[in-house]
Amino acid sequence: MRPFDYVEMRVPAKSQYVGVARLTISGLASRIGFSFDDIEDLKIASSEAVTNAVQHAYSEGEEGEVVIGCALYEDKIEIMVADHGQSFNFEETKAKVGPYHDQEEGAFLREGGLGLYLIETLMDEVKVHHQEGVTVFMTKHVEGERVEEDVETISS
Amino acid sequence: MAFFSRIESYKTGCHIEMNIQVNLTENDNKLKGDIHGEIDAHTAPVLREKLEAYQEQEGLNAELDLSGVDYMDSTGLGVFVAFYKSINAKGGHLKLTGLSSRLKRLFDITGLGDIMDIEAAVGKGGN
Repeated sequence: MRPFDYVEMRVPAKSQYVGVARLTISGLASRIGFSFDDIEDLKIASSEAVTNAVQHAYSEGEEGEVVIGCALYEDKIEIMVADHGQSFNFEETKAKVGPYHDQEEGAFLREGGLGLYLIETLMDEVKVHHQEGVTVFMTKHVEGERVEEDVETISS
Repeated sequence: MAFFSRIESYKTGCHIEMNIQVNLTENDNKLKGDIHGEIDAHTAPVLREKLEAYQEQEGLNAELDLSGVDYMDSTGLGVFVAFYKSINAKGGHLKLTGLSSRLKRLFDITGLGDIMDIEAAVGKGGN
């Protein structure tokens, strides 16, 4: 048996579906026991990834679809967002995505700008795969599992 | 039944209600406004368009109340940054008020909180 439940959404690459994806992910995250703040972080991070995919499809003049895959574990959520409309074999695609590199993903960073920065700040782990479109893979752990990294950077 | 109606709405292009409300009033070069709802990729163009009507004004003093905003991401930040730049270039000033702790955090982690004039909502705290 898989160690996670898998939920996949396929939405038209249109901005009105960004909020739909965001609300669905919020609902899934609340069932794993994420805190209110973590769910808000997940809402922003997933919106940024879906927005990026929608804008990419739009700039290419395509009437594409965005696929959002969510793997729900007991203590974490993994979210994969692909702008090329193909369903993925979650594990296979996960193995292919590499760490994010500034130089290689320069174009994506410029387009995504603040959005990608927010994804990296709000999630525990982010990977980007740039082949046949862009796939963003991101992980967030339920609080208490891994809270050390970037959570406290804003204390004044 | 539900399946077919879904396919149908997909073909025709489903209409999803905009969850944003922008109220702006200008008097004697003072712009007052309040924004309610969600600011994301879908609704940000509405906000941008409304603000753009004022961005060429010389010395505009703008104050926008964001206490009614219950969701915002980088697309919203982008709209406010663009408006801030435009009216600053014309000698004006933009102040954002009523920020929830979530919104305040968004400005802070992007560094915009140090640059722009923002004010947290009373009683909601900064952090």
